[in-house]
Amino acid sequence: MIWQALMLQLGYNASLVALGAAALGLAAGAVGAFLFLHKRALVSDAVSHATLPGLVGVFLILTLLGGDGRDVLALMAGSALSAWLGLRWVRWLTTRTRLPEDAAIGAALSVLFGFGIVLMTVVQALPAGRQAGLESYLLGSTAGMLFSEAVIIAFGGLAVLAGVFLFRRPLTLTAFDPVFAATQGVSQRKSDAMLMGLVLAITVVGLKIVGLILIVALLVIPPTTARFWTDSVSRLVVLSGGLGAVAAYVGAALSASAPNLPTGPIIVLVGVALFTLSLVAAPRRGALARAIRHRRAARGL
Amino acid sequence: MSETLPVTLGNVTPVTPTDLNAVPFALRGLTVSYGDQPVVLDVDMTALAGRMTAIIGPNGAGKSTLLKAALGIVPRLSGQVTIFGQPFERQRGRVAYVPQRAAVDWDFPSDVLDVVLMGLTRELGLLRRIRSAHRDRALACLDRVGMRDFARRQIGQLSGGQQQRVFLARALAQQAEVYLLDEPFAGVDMATERAIIGVLHALRDEGRTIVCVHHDLSTVARYFDDVFLVNRERIAEGTVAQAFTPEALHRAYGGRLDTATLALGAA
Repeated sequence: MIWQALMLQLGYNASLVALGAAALGLAAGAVGAFLFLHKRALVSDAVSHATLPGLVGVFLILTLLGGDGRDVLALMAGSALSAWLGLRWVRWLTTRTRLPEDAAIGAALSVLFGFGIVLMTVVQALPAGRQAGLESYLLGSTAGMLFSEAVIIAFGGLAVLAGVFLFRRPLTLTAFDPVFAATQGVSQRKSDAMLMGLVLAITVVGLKIVGLILIVALLVIPPTTARFWTDSVSRLVVLSGGLGAVAAYVGAALSASAPNLPTGPIIVLVGVALFTLSLVAAPRRGALARAIRHRRAARGL
Repeated sequence: MSETLPVTLGNVTPVTPTDLNAVPFALRGLTVSYGDQPVVLDVDMTALAGRMTAIIGPNGAGKSTLLKAALGIVPRLSGQVTIFGQPFERQRGRVAYVPQRAAVDWDFPSDVLDVVLMGLTRELGLLRRIRSAHRDRALACLDRVGMRDFARRQIGQLSGGQQQRVFLARALAQQAEVYLLDEPFAGVDMATERAIIGVLHALRDEGRTIVCVHHDLSTVARYFDDVFLVNRERIAEGTVAQAFTPEALHRAYGGRLDTATLALGAA
């Protein structure tokens, strides 16, 4: 069953979902590499949690208007709007108050997520049948995913990937030397807008498959894994994207192979397995290689 | 001392716009403030082509801030920065900046060549590919600072002096006309200091304009042609003989004159 899932033999829909997930993982890994280089990984956590009020809010509005609350494009737009407001709030807190960014992220994340959960309880008061479909956005689900949804995710991922390619130079420059970058016309403000735009886009695109609680893992784990294997930015970005694609593809396929397996957690576990393998076995930067070097050095003395 | 007056505080040489067009680097009325405290106050400065100018002054005199504000890294409260008569924002391609070495994270996953290629950012834009001609130019710049053999070395494995030379190579790759350097000799070995000064003198002799924030008074007379003495406000400006005088140093350094005169004696 697992083998069949990985070989895309579980039917047209499951295969499409796995491929969509792979495109998403590829883009998330590539964006995550720049987030990692900018040492801003935590921001993605604020972005993803801040999507919840917008997501639930749009669902409520659509349902109360008598429409279908599960319209994926409308939900994406709502999530994007509330994540953007969350980012603006974090930015306002860090520039206008003495709050450091990590504290500002913690504040924005918990307040917006809490507000979203409150809205969720309103949804649960709706008549049965109309409230279904929203919980899958928390932990991600491939079950019952529509063809159109998988296509949107795949193309969304590829669009984000194109954005990464376009901004790769300014984002590398500001990560290494923001002062020099500013003299070249790439201000911190511009690079922030590029990076946050990409993070926001990939978060919104990935909500359905990975879920908003765990999308951060898809942005953080692949680059930290890739860093064990390379000392160059371009290779780091490519490798991180590749690792994200593998984790998302394998995770989505596995979760499709059995009923009730949440997709997000499985993807994260596959990612963590790759990370652990690299941590131990990577040449030069891995734990094993370090231990061997250390022993050799000790013996040499 | 009276013959040095035209270049000292309170006697701003009137400069017409046509004059400014020939001036590679000019500040007019530059004021920068952190909070409500002005760090740089109403400063005029003129750096000339084919000259090497030292910005000197005591700690906290606003030397680095002056450069950063000129480059738009630190916001200016008022004043103008012109490069050949045009605002800096429209002349970025003609100015190269070498920041302080400590300003970046050297554990960044890059090798030396990658960093030098960053000097081509404006030329490459978002989409143009790096070609072998670009790489050859970067290697030639590394050659000029004596670092060609290190092209494929990880930047984390460089010594402080080597890092500084890589930064200079990146500035060379920009092929600029004005070079602004923030303490290029701070904490580097003698070999590096000699290499850097050799490159800067060569650039000057090609007619480029060099401006360095500099803190070692004992080398001012040997390395530089012109001196800009600042302590929040402009204290003196002119050739080494005109502006690097005991009297001007006394006004800039105040109670720390002893060190200043010692340095003059050594020079």
